Formats: sequence, C-alpha cells, structure tokens
Amino acid sequence: MKTRISIPATAKKGDILNIKTLASHPMHSGFRRDAIGALVPRDIINIFRCEYQGQLVFEAEFGPGTAANPFLSFHLRADERGNVAFIWIDQQGERTEELRFLDIVDDEH
Amino acid sequence: MRSAAASLLIVIIANFLLPAARATVPLTNTLSASASASASAPAPVASLIQSGYHFQSSDTQSLQDDDFKNPGMLWVDTGRQYFNDAAGLKNQACASCHEKLASSVATTFPKMNQHLGAVVNLTTQIQHCRSQHQQAEPIDYESETALALTAFLANQARGQRADHHVLAPPATLKQAVEDGGRYFNQRRGQLNLSCNNCHQDSVGKMLRGDLISEGQSNGYPIYRLEWQSLGSLHRRFRACDIGVRAQPQALGSDTYINLEAYLKQRGAGLLIETPAVRR
Repeated sequence: MKTRISIPATAKKGDILNIKTLASHPMHSGFRRDAIGALVPRDIINIFRCEYQGQLVFEAEFGPGTAANPFLSFHLRADERGNVAFIWIDQQGERTEELRFLDIVDDEH
Repeated sequence: MRSAAASLLIVIIANFLLPAARATVPLTNTLSASASASASAPAPVASLIQSGYHFQSSDTQSLQDDDFKNPGMLWVDTGRQYFNDAAGLKNQACASCHEKLASSVATTFPKMNQHLGAVVNLTTQIQHCRSQHQQAEPIDYESETALALTAFLANQARGQRADHHVLAPPATLKQAVEDGGRYFNQRRGQLNLSCNNCHQDSVGKMLRGDLISEGQSNGYPIYRLEWQSLGSLHRRFRACDIGVRAQPQALGSDTYINLEAYLKQRGAGLLIETPAVRR
C-alpha cells in the first residue's frame, strides 16, 4: 500500500501541527460488481492509528462506505522530539507502518 | 410501484431528448464553422474556452488544488518511480534513454510516430517504448503502470499550454485533427447525440445531477470521483459513447487518438492540469 504523509520535520514545543495522510487503497465495499457481473469481495482498511512516542494520539475506524484512497487530516501538539508512527491495518490484519521523526527546535535565544 | 418507475423512466428519456431537439438548428452552423476553420487558419471552435475545473464544486476544486489531498498525485509518485526503474530484457529504465526529460514532452502529443507510421498519443507511445525499446512485458492501455507513467509525464507539463503543435498541425497530423472533428460532430448511438450536442450546444445546462462541461481534455489522466481511481481520456470517451448508447471504441484506437488531437486544437489556450479531479 502506497501512502503519503504530510508532517513538518521540526516544530516548536507546544505547536499545534496539522497532519495529513493519504493511503492508496481501493476500499472495495463488497457490494460492487466487476465487468462480468461477479461481486468484488470486500477489501477495506479497518483501522488507522497515529502513535507519538509510542502513545496513541489519533485513531480512525473505516467502514465499507469509506471512499477509495482514504484521506485524513488531524492535529497533534508537539511536546517532545521523537518518532511519530502512522499505522494502517487492513481487514486481513496486514500492517503498513510509516515512521517520521519530529524534531523540537528551541527559539528562546 | 411500476407506474412510478415508468414515469421516472419517461422523465429520464425526456431529459436526454429535449436538449437534442433544441440542438438541431445550431448543429448545422457548427458543422460548417468547423469545416471552414480547418480549411483556413485554425480557430478555436468554442466561443468561451473553459477548463472542466470551472464546472466542479468548490470541494472538488480544492481537492485538485492541494497537491497533498489530490489522490491523483499517488499515481504521479508511482509514475516517477516506474520512470526510473529498470525493466525488460534490456534492463533499461525510461530514464536510461530519456535522461534529460523536457517537462513539456507531454504537450507534444498526439503526434506522428515515423517508425510506426501512425499517430500516437502519450500512452500508446509509452506502450510502444515498453514493448519495443525496453523489451518488457506489454502493458495494457488502462493498466496502473500506463496510467502512472502518463500521469507523471503530463504532470511535468502542468501549467503549460498543450496546443502549440495542433494550432497549425503538420501535414501528418492534419488528417487526424480533421477526422477527430468529424467524430466530435457526428451524431451516434440510440440517443442520436454527437459530442457537440452536449459539450458545445448545452454547456452550463444540467444533465440530471451534473453540470455539462465543455468536454476539454487538459486535465487527463483525471481522478474521477465516480471511478474512485485515475482514468484515461479514452476511458472517458468510452463512458460518453456508452452514455449515448453508441458502440464504444477500443482504448488507444485511432478513432479516439484522432478525437484527442481534435480536442487539443479545440481547447487551444488551456493549461495542463494533470492530475485533475472531476466528479
């Protein structure tokens, strides 16, 4: 699964960051039919999680009604430098994980 | 129940037929106008040229405007990767030959390919390169690989005009543009509508829930929300042909490539928007 993530590489402590993610996925609802009329089996992403330094900060559940290539936008407060993990889990339980390092810069001087 | 369904059907049929009936008179004018235009200096056929972007809701427009949100950019990213990945028996990437890629390359299609002796568009040229020069597995016209490479190359030319070679087409392309124009103005299908009937005479009117656009081609391949995927201009042609219940042509067929050449001339002045987002 191909993903795109938009998160700044650096932030000031306490900054509210707007984070955007896009995952390429057909999100087959299980109700659509192909060219010869056969049902296309359901194939969806079940869960998206965002973990900041190992702590869950945002979670989303998708259903069969979610459109293809789901896009998410949410906010995160930059508290400490560390890894932000983006995890998508599909209905087969397959995980797609991406890591981004968030650096805290100090502009107090 | 049955009578309700029947009356709904009548409304639907009436919706299709009414614009067609109204369009009968101006049709002859447009036909002669386009014939004289191709004979002398080529002139854009539509009086006001507007990209399909202007016929979308603000939500759809914002989806296209933001490169991050635009789902079509997923294909552009993959296309960049395919362009640089070695493939085939010769183990060469597109980039091996096309090292210094001009950003404007997508604007030069459709054009005459001397080796093939036929007019090709960007995608059929990619298919040809793939099977002949890289000696890799042939790729289907509407395959993810072909779409991604086409989207990547067309995206390089975003913001550029796409019409310099069709405004005064060389002799080798002139016939294609003329044939394409004939297809555009030819009524077809059980509904007996030409492209022209909707995308010229009825621009700005509603076709059931949809606002009729000018049918411009500057954003292709497009991410169409209805398709939930990126799709080619020829896939859109097929959708229109099926919509008027005509026999759709094959993807990458000469007929559609000619139509594509004509649309470029018709939309002269528009800037490339690939990957555009449409309803």
